[in-house]
Amino acid sequence: MDILDLFLHAGFWAATLRIACPLIFGTLGELICERAGVLNLGIEGIMTMGAMSGWIWVYKGGDLWTGLLFAAFVGALFGLIHSIFVVYLGLSQHVSGIGITMLASALSFFTFRMLLPSSTTPPKIVPFQPVSIPILSDLPFVGEVFFSQTPMTYLALAIVPLVIYILYRTPLGLAVRMAGENPMALEAQGINVLSIRTGAVMLGSALMAVGGAYLTMSAFDAFYFGMINGRGWICVALVIFASWRPGKALIGALLFAGIDAFQVRAQLSSSAKIPYQFFLMLPYVLSILAMVVMARRARYPKALLTPFRRGERT
Amino acid sequence: MRLELREETNFWLVFLAPIVAIAIALIIASGLIIWTGKPVGEAYFYLLKGAFGSGFAWTETLARATPLILTGLAAAVAFRARFWNIGGEGQLYCGALAATWLGTGMVTLPPVLMIPFLFTAGALAGGLALLLPVYLKTKLKVDEVVTTLLLNFIILLFVNYLLEGPLKDPMSLGWPQAMPIIDQGLLPKLVEKSRLHFGLIVGIASAVMVWVLMRFTIWGYEIRAVGHNPEAAAFAGISINRTVLRVALISGGLAGFAGITEVAGLKGYLTLDLSPGFGYAGIAVAMLANLRPLGVIVSAIFLAGIYVGADTMSRAVNIPNYIADVIVAASVLSVLVSLMLTQYRVRLR
Amino acid sequence: MTVLRIKNVSKSFGSLVANQDISLTLDKGEVLALLGENGAGKTTLMNILFGHYVADSGEIEVHGKQLPPGATDAAIAAGVGMVHQHFTLADNLTVLDNIILGTQPLTSWRINTTEAKQRLSRLAEDYGIHVEPDKLVADLSVGERQRVEIMKVLYRDARILILDEPTAVLTPQETDQLFKTLSFMVEHGLSIIFISHKLHEILRISNRVTVLRRGQIVGEIATGDADRDILAEMMVGHKVSRPQVKHLTPGAAVIELKNISVEGKRGHKTLLDNVNLRVNSHEIVGLAGVAGNGQAALGNLLSGLQTPSAGTVCFKGEPLTDFSTRRFVKMGIARIPEDRHAVGVVGDMTIWENIINENLREKPLWRFGFLINDKACRKFAAKLIQGFDIRCKNMGMPTKQLSGGNMQKLILARTLQNNPKFILANQPVRGLDEGAIAAVHERLLAAKRKGSGILLISEDLDELLALADKIVVIYHGMLSQPLPVQGISARDIGTMMAGNLGHAATLDKGRSA
Repeated sequence: MDILDLFLHAGFWAATLRIACPLIFGTLGELICERAGVLNLGIEGIMTMGAMSGWIWVYKGGDLWTGLLFAAFVGALFGLIHSIFVVYLGLSQHVSGIGITMLASALSFFTFRMLLPSSTTPPKIVPFQPVSIPILSDLPFVGEVFFSQTPMTYLALAIVPLVIYILYRTPLGLAVRMAGENPMALEAQGINVLSIRTGAVMLGSALMAVGGAYLTMSAFDAFYFGMINGRGWICVALVIFASWRPGKALIGALLFAGIDAFQVRAQLSSSAKIPYQFFLMLPYVLSILAMVVMARRARYPKALLTPFRRGERT
Repeated sequence: MRLELREETNFWLVFLAPIVAIAIALIIASGLIIWTGKPVGEAYFYLLKGAFGSGFAWTETLARATPLILTGLAAAVAFRARFWNIGGEGQLYCGALAATWLGTGMVTLPPVLMIPFLFTAGALAGGLALLLPVYLKTKLKVDEVVTTLLLNFIILLFVNYLLEGPLKDPMSLGWPQAMPIIDQGLLPKLVEKSRLHFGLIVGIASAVMVWVLMRFTIWGYEIRAVGHNPEAAAFAGISINRTVLRVALISGGLAGFAGITEVAGLKGYLTLDLSPGFGYAGIAVAMLANLRPLGVIVSAIFLAGIYVGADTMSRAVNIPNYIADVIVAASVLSVLVSLMLTQYRVRLR
Repeated sequence: MTVLRIKNVSKSFGSLVANQDISLTLDKGEVLALLGENGAGKTTLMNILFGHYVADSGEIEVHGKQLPPGATDAAIAAGVGMVHQHFTLADNLTVLDNIILGTQPLTSWRINTTEAKQRLSRLAEDYGIHVEPDKLVADLSVGERQRVEIMKVLYRDARILILDEPTAVLTPQETDQLFKTLSFMVEHGLSIIFISHKLHEILRISNRVTVLRRGQIVGEIATGDADRDILAEMMVGHKVSRPQVKHLTPGAAVIELKNISVEGKRGHKTLLDNVNLRVNSHEIVGLAGVAGNGQAALGNLLSGLQTPSAGTVCFKGEPLTDFSTRRFVKMGIARIPEDRHAVGVVGDMTIWENIINENLREKPLWRFGFLINDKACRKFAAKLIQGFDIRCKNMGMPTKQLSGGNMQKLILARTLQNNPKFILANQPVRGLDEGAIAAVHERLLAAKRKGSGILLISEDLDELLALADKIVVIYHGMLSQPLPVQGISARDIGTMMAGNLGHAATLDKGRSA
């Protein structure tokens, strides 16, 4: 297949959008946490948990939307645990985050195995189906790419402007940003830093879980153990790439997904000269590259990683 | 409720902290066992029996502890300097790759030379795997957590490629598996007819070496200073970049050792499932040991017991053996809190 | 009319009693000065009033209503406003964002900027304070930042204003401006609590002075009845004697900066701009300047942390080529860092480990080239602990548990023990009480007698005028010419600190004429 053909092919762009969605949710979730001053390395585990819990909800007879809410709720719960550790107790954000990832992943696998003990072929659910938006979906090319997607994809695209609006145009968003820049300023203006940070981490974690759930409830129809496969870490890299800006996060996720979609197709078409593993490495290599490129320019939240302890002498 | 800094740290509290943490983790796991509807007492009985209940169980547990001691040390050394090396898994595979590359016939030496040679090569390979993250951290301020994590995936895919390509054993009937290590390179068994091998000695010796390094040497002093307060360390004349590089090489080298013990001690050849997450579990080992090198030995044996015992428990009462991962993860989180309480006291009001 | 009543407030941190049974009142339209040394408990008391801390006992009434403990929002709602000594502003946000934070309900769906800006301009007219709402805080000078802080408080309709050491970072002229604003506020019926340890300012601005010492109120006096000596004695508890400064004949140059420039990071301004400076042996050169004008870069340069982008630094006449901290220590350059907690010591390591940290690689502290000789180190540390009067329970305790004064003595001990030729003293007494200040100053003067050349960087003009032989002023990375300390006033220095470096030449000419 000619490269040019590939880019003119609507299927390619639609696939890009699908690959981007979990990254959009995850990156925005991480971004909200970090904007409030909290690094959340629980993301990989929380995405796994979201993928598992949303899926199992539906598998056990729940409907898709409540399943999604359930995934978000479970994600927020793990966000709360992380908050108690790093916001209230001021413990190492690195270690707590890794611990959360370990715990959430282990619990996901345990729960899945317990509820579905003997499964040789993974059971399936009926995931979100593509919904064509009338008229718009009939547009050539654009219609196929943007307007014949599943509701979760629309949700992902809608949530970006929403996050931008909240972060930059509302008093709450200002408080979140301030929590990541100078928590003492929040405290001095009578706002509870711990609540703001906890809220942000819970909301962010809920988004991460929804990102995980996208995989089991929209992109695929089953839960596999290695499903998240480093996507969470890629999101952490994308936040740096995006320089902590939600708009750039969307661009980053799309760019990334585009290269990934291209990689899959190139892999299929390459005449086995390049081993497939090297194609699979691409997302991880790109993530590192993305951080390298943006490292010098990034304007990180000044109070990132700094715990705030109320009423303590400094 | 608020926290107040203790003016004196109580030795017994520090000693007690990991034990309390493990107790909490076991209580959490009990909740899960109850949820499965299985009897908690019986489940833990089988766990204990499988881990420490017989001579065979002990050899299995100690064999499992061997790589955990090494990856635990790798994490402990790095975390002491606040160098967040989460790439133990990848570095372990690098060590294993080095052993496979050199030990499957390329170099042939008598065992007394061959085994040290393989360990040296493994340590070098593990250390080299950290050069890029160190460079990016010190020169470009790229966070090492993410780079080391991502490198795990890259390294694993690379190993996967080698096992299906250049390093594939033609006799392996299609399995992605490397040629076996030559006999001269295999680590001797410590107990006949068990899986316990010489690697355990290497692990314990490494722990003692690391203890000496941290406690008695200038490098150790510098590592601790950089970990606690890099700015003050730099001001006093300690080179941060050099210290970080040193720590990374030691840490990666230790993880590389773990790759050698698994390839040359336990399995005999490299496969893709050589390590069921030893690199990540090493973080738990290190945290439970409060980053103390000698404590790492104890916590590694304990966590290895959990893993080995969970298999027995899983077979006996049919509880998913992922419960071991839950216990390990929960103890990482609870030890964080219990260690904090050795430094702070909780005041109600 | 009493607007504020503090009743029997006590507060302790661990074994340290910060406030003990403190009661005071504030009347409408009054300026109450809270005087005390560093560590006397002034800030703690105000933090309790403002709700940052919860008192162990006691209560606070504002306008007759009791304040709930530990609630800043309640304090703000009751009309209390606080300008913190360390500004609570976010550099990366705009002035407007910093001011309106917390003024609109968090559940509201939109920040109302037009209304906020109107309100700001109204306040600006009322009080004569001007801020530019759309500027980033990072681009503001220290004085402008303080105006933003005051505006934040006014914006919330504060009736009681707490100012914690507001003049510490200002030039004398900026202080005048601040005092003008404060009188304006008093005319508008606001009440002010003014925390300071600068006696002349307290005498100028306040109506009444309450003096704190070691967490207790030790006296109260109407400002009209007080003078410097009375206040000083009340504050310290005994007659204060300043160390005798003797002017010595300067010797050869120990350090010389020739056309030194230091570039900022990409996109930032030049930190040091073609700087020339010479410090001779037997001489203390004082560096004055508003915070953020290049002192940090100069401090880093002379600590070995920063390589200049142009120019040469000569030490004892030899040009330096290798800018590294270890090299500097080895050559005998003593460095007292600006922030002793963050840079001076490793708080989690023991006292003896911190004492040896510059001399690690020297015999007999190490053996075989890599082992630390514990015994020798402890002996070395014990000698310095005694010699420099570092008070601690034992040398094995974590250094972070030392008081500020003892921590500074530790740093002095480590750095002065082998008679350095040059000493960089960066804010050496900041935050210390009088006893510790005297001890530190005595050490520096002793070093000068022994032949050291000292560069003293300080924001406290009184300290500079008392200790230095020559004064230079830094502004926007440029240095004024050095002036002998005799015959120049704080006001002259203030003029230069505000940017008129050429004033030095005028003064010099005036003197020679």
